[in-house]
Amino acid sequence: MRYGRGPDVLSDLSFSLAPGSFHFVTGPSGAGKSTLLKLVYLAATPTKGQVRLFGHDTARVTADTRPRLRRRIGVVFQDLLLLEHLSTFDNAAVPLRIGGHRPAEYRADVAELLSWVGLGERMHAMPATLAGGEKQRLAIARAVVNRPEILLADEPTGNVDHEMALRIFRLFVELNRLGTTVLIATHDQDLVARSGKPILHLEHGRLERRTAQKPATP
Amino acid sequence: MSEAFDVGRWRPAPFLPERESRDVSLIFVVAVLCFLACLTAMGVIAANRAAAGWTGQLTGEATVIVRPVGGETPDAAAARAAEALAGVTGVSEARALEPAKAYDLIRPWLGDVSDLADLPVPRLVAVTLDPKHPATARALGQALKTQDVDAVVDDHSIWIKDIRRAGDVVRWLGAGVFALIAGAAAAVIAFATRAGLAARRDVVEVLHLAGAEDGYIARLFQVRFARLAGLAGLVGAAGAGLVGAVLRLLGGGEGLTPALPLAWSDLLAVVPCPLLAALVAAVAAQITAIRLIRDMR
Repeated sequence: MRYGRGPDVLSDLSFSLAPGSFHFVTGPSGAGKSTLLKLVYLAATPTKGQVRLFGHDTARVTADTRPRLRRRIGVVFQDLLLLEHLSTFDNAAVPLRIGGHRPAEYRADVAELLSWVGLGERMHAMPATLAGGEKQRLAIARAVVNRPEILLADEPTGNVDHEMALRIFRLFVELNRLGTTVLIATHDQDLVARSGKPILHLEHGRLERRTAQKPATP
Repeated sequence: MSEAFDVGRWRPAPFLPERESRDVSLIFVVAVLCFLACLTAMGVIAANRAAAGWTGQLTGEATVIVRPVGGETPDAAAARAAEALAGVTGVSEARALEPAKAYDLIRPWLGDVSDLADLPVPRLVAVTLDPKHPATARALGQALKTQDVDAVVDDHSIWIKDIRRAGDVVRWLGAGVFALIAGAAAAVIAFATRAGLAARRDVVEVLHLAGAEDGYIARLFQVRFARLAGLAGLVGAAGAGLVGAVLRLLGGGEGLTPALPLAWSDLLAVVPCPLLAALVAAVAAQITAIRLIRDMR
């Protein structure tokens, strides 16, 4: 995989994520973690090779099928991509609206989820007035609000404190228990180590499988 | 302190901001274009009516120029011609004009000459034709010939042809100007959609990645710009209607617009303008948005 005429960002990569699995993607900055996630959420197509998603070759997916596949994936973007002119509640509800649900069907669920991520008192607030950690939690709420089959998160705990990071991680684990396949790109080695989940480590564009070593409890 | 958020009363906010600063200039430009389009439409309708009126007047009449034969006086020749013409099928009335009328007709060319009476001015017979089945120039000429009247029949056909052509030119010119203005409005809206999409790339990106179809996203822009253009169309149409009403009040076909006899009913031409503007905007926005969204992929 490369951008334009640039060097290969990812090469010789081959892996599959079993339904219901939980993986971390680690690696130094520029190793290709975000690109790997983009390949999965259909924001990029591989220059060579094949990415198969829900039984479809992503490079050959038709314009009609692409949105349907995307609705089955929840993404926490590294740059969050919150809509500045919409309230916290409206931002969180975006995937449900796109999915064609009626407000009466999801109002209570969105409110409950926002409360759960600690934004219960900020539902009316506009993103510009939210703190960095609050924005991140909002982005996470939006990604999981429609119980996606795959959850991709790019540095989801980058701007939150340790306690909130653990709380968010528990949310991901809970979703994973309910059947969601989770793939998280992170630099948070402590979180990865505590999780005990398998790791896809990227370095110089190549992939290495690792297993988290749980730190010894003092 | 802010009001508590009432989940039960929450209604989804529009994905695109309802008001943006650039909307004012877009509404102004489209309103001006709609104003001009409405004025053009009213002008074309009035010109059409004027041309039809002139043609109707000319086709309903003929003029016969009578030259006396032998020792016959001009008045007697004119009277004989009028009598001959009155009996032709398709003629409602044939009337010999008094010499004074004939002098009046040529006075603009010769000026106020005191000895005008001494000039050999031909006598004229004004013929009013049956509007449903008018007599032809040939039939009139034949009737005069039968009565041995030396005369020339002018059925105004040369003028009618010119007036009809002028009417057609005005119609096509008006339609051309109208099409140009509509095209300019569509281009402005397409440009605004492009700018709007570029400015709201974040919305397009988020909706796309959340699984919205291209058509769904394009519709947001379509509805938004159709609404704006509809509003602009309303403003432009109201302005044009007001100008039309003022022109009509100040004299209609006789006052400020002698060549374009504006009728009250012509003002109805502005009524479909907001709807048409919204339609043009919807189509332009839809095409532009779909193309841009596909480019963004």
